[in-house]
Amino acid sequence: MTYKLLIVDDSKLARMAVVKALNSCYPDWQRVEAGSAADALRAMEADAPHVALVDFNMPNRDGLHLAADLRKLNPTMPIGVISANSQQGVIDRANALGATFLPKPLAENTLRDFLTKAVYELEGSR
Amino acid sequence: MNGATDVTLSELELDAITELVNLGVSRAATNLARMVREEVILTVPRVALMSRREAIQTLGERESKSLVAVHQVFEGEITGRALLIFPEERSLELVRAVVGSDLSLEEIIELEQEALAETGNIILNSCLATIANSLESNLKISLPEVLRGESSKFFSLEPPPVAGTTVMFIYINFAMQKRDINGYIAMMMDMPSLSAMQTLVRALIRRTSIASKT
Repeated sequence: MTYKLLIVDDSKLARMAVVKALNSCYPDWQRVEAGSAADALRAMEADAPHVALVDFNMPNRDGLHLAADLRKLNPTMPIGVISANSQQGVIDRANALGATFLPKPLAENTLRDFLTKAVYELEGSR
Repeated sequence: MNGATDVTLSELELDAITELVNLGVSRAATNLARMVREEVILTVPRVALMSRREAIQTLGERESKSLVAVHQVFEGEITGRALLIFPEERSLELVRAVVGSDLSLEEIIELEQEALAETGNIILNSCLATIANSLESNLKISLPEVLRGESSKFFSLEPPPVAGTTVMFIYINFAMQKRDINGYIAMMMDMPSLSAMQTLVRALIRRTSIASKT
């Protein structure tokens, strides 16, 4: 089946970088982009994405708060939290939400591994 | 912002610069957190073109007290200065956070200058190096210099701007809540550098968008 990835980052350039990596490892995936936590929550409802990639440092609601919101809406959705801020506190909070911390800039291999694991989880839970 | 600006950045170019600064500062915060063994909270960076006077005013409004700054000049395709700034009254606490709390006050005071310079050096270098690498450019970064005084002094340092009064002004707040330390990182570049940076940023945007058009 075709999966849908929700990409959340306040920076358009950062979203472009994720799309570029996605196109080279999983070109058949669909994608939905959101520039804020509020847009992401709307996209959750309207587009029902299977996997979410969320930037940590965003204005208003940050990526960890958003990940918590997404987790409430969908307890099993694979969620990646992306940041160059790899402080242990940030990583721990991501893990506590059942999200995976992914270092920024996002390497293609890192995204591939994350999505491969996500597919495995999605197919296992069906 | 004034009408004399001869470089106009598109929305995506400004977005790209903000994202680069975000990357750089996030790395810097990671390193700082490692040094002080405490989480460092960041705000989202603000990037704006403004006059030098407005930049000084912006800083003056936020912090009127006496400040300490670690200052470094970067040179290359883009030239400018970067500063790590915090209230002078918290400077010993920052030193204590970095060198450990088992030292006496005398020892901390003795180490202050050196510890501030080294802390600033690590933070500003990780920030500038991340930006330079992302732009595939090289920057030569000067040795750190510790300054004390008001914000207006930090931005009227020698050498004076090459041309124009418009600068690109970038700042981000950081905080270590347990130790009640907060400060900010600021960068300033003048027009010729801004134009060079625009060229580098356009190349970065091209590299990022090549494969994303489907």
